Amino acid sequence: MSSPFLVGVHQPGDSWVHRCPTGPKLTLLALFSLAVVLTRSAVASPVFLAAALALAAVAGVRLGTLLRATRAVLVLALLASALQWWVDGPAKAAETLVDLVALALAAITVSATTPVNDVLDTLVRAVGPLRRVGVDPERVALAFSLAIGALPGTVALALETRDAARARGLGRHPRAYLTPFVVRVVARAHEQGDALAARGLGD
Amino acid sequence: MPALTLDAAGVTVATADGERVLLEPTTLSLTEQRVAVIGANGSGKSTMARLLNGLVTPTTGRVLVDGLDVARHGAEVRRRVGFCFTDPAAQLVMPTCVEDVELSLRRSERDPVARRRRALEVLERHGLAEHAHQSVHDLSGGQRQLLALAGVLATDPEVVVADEPTTLLDLANSRRVGDLLLSLPQQLVLLTHDLDLAARCDRVLVVEGGRVVADGTGPESVAAYVDAVDRARLT
Repeated sequence: MSSPFLVGVHQPGDSWVHRCPTGPKLTLLALFSLAVVLTRSAVASPVFLAAALALAAVAGVRLGTLLRATRAVLVLALLASALQWWVDGPAKAAETLVDLVALALAAITVSATTPVNDVLDTLVRAVGPLRRVGVDPERVALAFSLAIGALPGTVALALETRDAARARGLGRHPRAYLTPFVVRVVARAHEQGDALAARGLGD
Repeated sequence: MPALTLDAAGVTVATADGERVLLEPTTLSLTEQRVAVIGANGSGKSTMARLLNGLVTPTTGRVLVDGLDVARHGAEVRRRVGFCFTDPAAQLVMPTCVEDVELSLRRSERDPVARRRRALEVLERHGLAEHAHQSVHDLSGGQRQLLALAGVLATDPEVVVADEPTTLLDLANSRRVGDLLLSLPQQLVLLTHDLDLAARCDRVLVVEGGRVVADGTGPESVAAYVDAVDRARLT
């Protein structure tokens, strides 16, 4: 089965996006995200989207990866846009939709061109000075990478739970889906905690 | 071989509220290379295994790994005792195969380039090199369990504890993982329902109701377990 949600899956390559050091790459992603969020303009949104698409093209991120990953984000983007339509009208809704897709594309491109362990190393270095005030950089970085790693696993759990509900003829019943899904996510979190402890991560 | 000891005073484990005993007073010294633990679901096998690297702490008594008290020296013990879970999905936390093995190597190898090289070597050794950059979610069940095991073995532990590692696998993968485990140079503590696999171990413990009810060579203990199960079915 192909992964339903591909954020965090590194695709090796030799584009300049791949070769760009992780620290500057993450900083640029943060700045790009800030610009998208802070710039309130219907003209700027398509420009941001075009920039994100150009970045993905230059990095050689596979079209299938982009489409599948964006599809998952698109559901949330459409919900957010629908809310915007209701509150501020269609122009704002379109701007929100385009902005969210641009952000998702940029994040997918960065994660596809950056090994998670490089992100971890960069975070450990960045958080290093906080060691003096009792912060453990390895733990902070591990928590960050787990958050990324948990996304595909959680989507897989959601799909399994939906199939199980359908198999019992309860496909359209939200409680038959949501309650076991939440229980399974919590159980998986406990199992992963044990697995991390067993690997000595966090000691 | 490192000595795994549940000390002479007897180790017990109870639930957090103290209402149920998961492991009755148990005294053991495991020095054989390949030790299997068999018994019904809920018999206390996993509790016993989890004591060996501090995932479960004893309510009374001490667990020693090569003389180190697991409760006091947890980090040091976990460096020596690798643990492989039944469901590899819980154990694989990184997006791709090579990154998951790299995660295991973070403590021992600080240089990212050397770490990547070592991780790729580990994958090569376990026949997973072609999946190095693949999502862990795209692997088959057998490949995932091999990857989980590769992540454990990457750290060169002295002891490998495997909690029903073949339960979720088909026959071919079950045999592949079983053969790999039994061929390890490390001391192995194998919890399993696969009696053929257990019989190939040097020593087999049968656990029932939180107690070790039989302890002997592979064929002896397996025969005792099968007899006990058959008797229970007929009564």
